[in-house]
Amino acid sequence: MATEAKADFTSNLGRIYTIYTGGFVAFVIFIAILERMGVPNNILGYLFVAFTIGVYAAIGILSRTMQVDEYYVAGRKVPSFYNGMATAADWMSAASFIGMAGTLYLLGYDGLAFILGWTGGYVLVATLIAPYLRKFGCYTVPDFLAFRFGGNAARIAGIVVLMSCSFTYVVAQIVGTGLIGARLLGMSFEMAVFVGLVGILVCSMLGGMRAVTWTQVAQYIVLIIAYLVPVVILSTQKFGIPIPQLTYGTVLSEIQIKEAALGVAATASHIVPFARYDPLNFFALVLCLMVGTASLPHVLMRYFTTPSVREARSSVAWTLLFIFILYFTAPAYAAFAKLEVFENVIGKPLGQLPSWIYSYGKIGLIQICGVNAVDVASITAACGRIAGHNGMLSLANFAIQADAIVIATPEIAGLPYVVSGLVAAGGLAAALSTADGLLLAIANALSHDVYSRMINKNAPVARKLIIARVLLVLVAILAAWVAAGRPADIVAMVAWAFSLAAAGLFPALVMGIWSKKTTSAGAVAGIWAGFLTTLVYLVVTRYFPGFGVDYLGMYSNVSPTTGRALVDLAKIKAETPQIFSQGMVLINHPMASRVGWFNVANISAGLFGMPVGFLTMWLVSKFTTAPSSEMQSFIDDIRRPRGEAVMIEK
Amino acid sequence: MSEPNKVQAHWAETQRLTYIMIGIWAFFSFFIHMFAPALNNIKILGFPLGFYMAAQGSLIVFVAQLFWFSGAQDKVDRKYGMAEDD
Repeated sequence: MATEAKADFTSNLGRIYTIYTGGFVAFVIFIAILERMGVPNNILGYLFVAFTIGVYAAIGILSRTMQVDEYYVAGRKVPSFYNGMATAADWMSAASFIGMAGTLYLLGYDGLAFILGWTGGYVLVATLIAPYLRKFGCYTVPDFLAFRFGGNAARIAGIVVLMSCSFTYVVAQIVGTGLIGARLLGMSFEMAVFVGLVGILVCSMLGGMRAVTWTQVAQYIVLIIAYLVPVVILSTQKFGIPIPQLTYGTVLSEIQIKEAALGVAATASHIVPFARYDPLNFFALVLCLMVGTASLPHVLMRYFTTPSVREARSSVAWTLLFIFILYFTAPAYAAFAKLEVFENVIGKPLGQLPSWIYSYGKIGLIQICGVNAVDVASITAACGRIAGHNGMLSLANFAIQADAIVIATPEIAGLPYVVSGLVAAGGLAAALSTADGLLLAIANALSHDVYSRMINKNAPVARKLIIARVLLVLVAILAAWVAAGRPADIVAMVAWAFSLAAAGLFPALVMGIWSKKTTSAGAVAGIWAGFLTTLVYLVVTRYFPGFGVDYLGMYSNVSPTTGRALVDLAKIKAETPQIFSQGMVLINHPMASRVGWFNVANISAGLFGMPVGFLTMWLVSKFTTAPSSEMQSFIDDIRRPRGEAVMIEK
Repeated sequence: MSEPNKVQAHWAETQRLTYIMIGIWAFFSFFIHMFAPALNNIKILGFPLGFYMAAQGSLIVFVAQLFWFSGAQDKVDRKYGMAEDD
């Protein structure tokens, strides 16, 4: 009976999602018609939000469940293709959707560290970790650590690392929904955060992993359509070929010609490597992002939902393909936007700038001569105050925020509002899908690992599921509450999650599977050593740079282009000692995030933590009693796909 | 082959395949990009090759590699009777 229902549902997936995609396209066309009929933009924007969140909510409610394995791992029957789509949505956050192209615009080649880092990590997921965890058969990542490394010490260490990387991350997603709502749909920030919270809860609360899986597939479809449409149209307008990923080669060539004409130094060109990050920091960042990807619990737990180990492996391949479609498009966005700025903005008289400048200047995304580009009068006044300004906009006086690039592209291409609304719906889908996954990872660690495994081992199923839902709602409200305060620091901290996961979880996961000799004491010591090394480096370089210089032997990082120190520490110490030794410094402090060891930027802190973690694990394991033969045969078990799962949930 | 030998041979071949994968990964994640400044002198369809490799080339390799890996590992599993039932 159950098998029949399952076969029926999975064989219909293709049809269901094809109809859904068609329905979404029809909806977009419907909105376009409404726009032609003169319906105002803000109403169209609200329709986009209401329709998409309504669909996600419907999926969430239809997928409600009272079974434990459905709630935690979607019954382990998600086919690899669809799990790939769901994982891609789970993975690609508001930052990928809205921020990535802008980062590439600002950093040029060096921004590609993010493109490489956030894709290549899946090779590690597929080869080193995911299939083995699938065979093991756990519900959460700490579950595996607890079983393999005998007990709650490893479980608690795992939970601490999981919490510290996932919570800041989920807050950033909710801030992301707030910004999208405020910038693209004209809602108030707080209102948009509330809408985001509702959007997350309706998807995840009733059906846990099962509901999140099927909404994430739906969200992937929305976000990928929304991401591709504007830039495909732009490419078609310019070259007659709707493949921006191919045509932006020509754009890159044109950018270089423009750069030369505008007097950009050849060493600072868009395509020149290692101008913003030196090679050490570039490759360190790539490594930390990759290894972090391979250890983030909200990603790994998605591979617990496939029907088999074989499908877990192919699912990683599908995931990467679906992520690739967005990530290989992002550099095209950056190139098209940069050329537009070079051709139609820089060097133009202040009175003749394109109108999109003011649309996004009004919401604080574009500054000219140091002020938000609200209108012609205000920028003319601001530029007039600059000595020797000749009335033409120069490159030095133009600043654009990373978030503006994707948001502004529909207007740059002269497209109607419906496309902007589509982009807003896509950004919202990206933020909500990632928030769902993270929230589930956090709440499951609390309900499954803390409550069901440590506090009340014999709780009845119904009680477990109620506790899981109560915790989910509480964590979501807490995250939304933190997000409503617009914590700029937390958004910046998201990049830290990768280093923390890389140093805290990766060594234990890899050694737990690949080395039979790694002992419980070794693993627990290694997790703490790696995690704390990274955490201390992050916190000291960002918040207590003076302490780092005085007591931890840190010194100023150097500029990749000139090779000179970024800050003159001796001068600050001599002239303003109170600033030098100030505790808990703000982001604009001259030394914040500019000191460190060996010139390693704090975003790559995992570079220290990872080796410390591995080394500690190996050393302590050498001097403690080897795992029992029972444990060793259990490791043999997870290494071969055939046979029952090692851990069978009751 | 006896059962323990099979288990051993299966794991040895799995390890070998994994090391090859990690080798390809390391080459296209790090090694090739060390030569980005030099590769940028070669232009294809307007793309400087160094830029192209980091923006698309390596990514295409990763995707292809993972589909190949999932097929190859399945073959190894079947060869030693370690695969799941279809």
